[in-house]
Amino acid sequence: MAANGDNQTVSEYIVHHLTNLTYGKLPEGFEREDGTIISAGGQWTLAHGPNEMSVMGFNAIHVDSMLWSVGLGLIFCWLFRRVAVKASSDTPSGWINFVEMVVEFVDGTVKDTFHGRNPLVAPLALTIFVWVFMMNLMDLIPVDLIPHSLMLAGVEYQKIVPSTDPNITMGMAIGVFVLMLFYSIKVKGFGFVKELTLNPFNHPLFIPINLFMEVVGLLAKPFSLGLRLFGNMYAGEMIFILIAALFSVGIFWMLPAALLQVGWAIFHILVITLQAFIFMVLTIVYLSMAHEDH
Amino acid sequence: MNINLTLIGQLIAFVAFVAFCMRFVWPPIMAAMLERQNKIADGLAAADRAGHDLELAQQQVADQLAEAKKEAAVIVEAANKRAQAMVEEAKQAATAEADRVKTAASAEIEQERARAQEQLMSQVSALALAGAEKVLGAEIDADKHADILKTLSADN
Repeated sequence: MAANGDNQTVSEYIVHHLTNLTYGKLPEGFEREDGTIISAGGQWTLAHGPNEMSVMGFNAIHVDSMLWSVGLGLIFCWLFRRVAVKASSDTPSGWINFVEMVVEFVDGTVKDTFHGRNPLVAPLALTIFVWVFMMNLMDLIPVDLIPHSLMLAGVEYQKIVPSTDPNITMGMAIGVFVLMLFYSIKVKGFGFVKELTLNPFNHPLFIPINLFMEVVGLLAKPFSLGLRLFGNMYAGEMIFILIAALFSVGIFWMLPAALLQVGWAIFHILVITLQAFIFMVLTIVYLSMAHEDH
Repeated sequence: MNINLTLIGQLIAFVAFVAFCMRFVWPPIMAAMLERQNKIADGLAAADRAGHDLELAQQQVADQLAEAKKEAAVIVEAANKRAQAMVEEAKQAATAEADRVKTAASAEIEQERARAQEQLMSQVSALALAGAEKVLGAEIDADKHADILKTLSADN
């Protein structure tokens, strides 16, 4: 698992590992690395190198993040749907037991935290918990295994942990945020506006200050949700990469680096589970706050 | 760390998976679990009831046993009484029989004695006659004094 060839520096190795496989639109007149110039109207293509990616801007999609994330989501749906089809009141066994344990755990957490009546919250929490956990779990796959294999197959970049992509975590956080707004308005109606304007200082003069504070507080929720997961997973992935980079330093570093890799992976089992759990619990808490009518 | 369309893509995928989970995963699993919970609760209740029934049955058995014992005691007492009565009856019958036998025996003895007396009398009269004959000799003719002899024997 040494760095890919001697012609690559450690920083190149790290940057390569942190780059997504990006498919996007290059603007008209842009000159690519091989000298071709994009014709009128722009062109959708796979990006080569960070420069092209930054030029693509918002009109790009991280193919690797999307594929891994959706793939893992489909695996989640398939695994749990299988149990849902087979589920009966008879004695459960094997995988069914495990799934029921997870479902019961999520159900218990939701019941402890969320006191309203909403059939969406528990399935939402289950999806978030399992899906985020699976996305985080990709972090435990040796960092070079899949990217390097795919590189040999001709795929230039590959980042296999979707939750180290802020688009992924923020995408889910925005989903939760939309639900928060929806239920706040649905449950509280005009009370939601009052909550934003008359708290914490209940006086008409303070409305602008209240509004500012409350809106910042409200917007902080999805950001804290999405960026916490992203930050934790990004840092964890970074440490895996740094340890992997040690392999290229010299023969003496082989054994310590391997031990560090194992040690960090074992510790990371805790981190990925905890982060999935935190994402789920915060979602429940935020939705619970959206349902609370004062 | 660029924000791009992936954000929207993930948002759509998120909505889709949550919708799928809400519609096809959560309700059946919860229903099955709830059903099993009820089943177990029913089973426990049935076991409880069975225990209670057992207790009742044991109580009943004990009651019946006590009653049977009482009845048995009554029967034994009656039997004892009856036995005593039978023994008494047998005793009385035996006494009566003994009395009857005794009476019959004494009657027979009386008869025997009378007959013996009679016989003895006749023999005595004959003996007296013979004695008298011997004393009187020929003076007394048996045929002549038959009447006197007869009254004699009758007197005795």
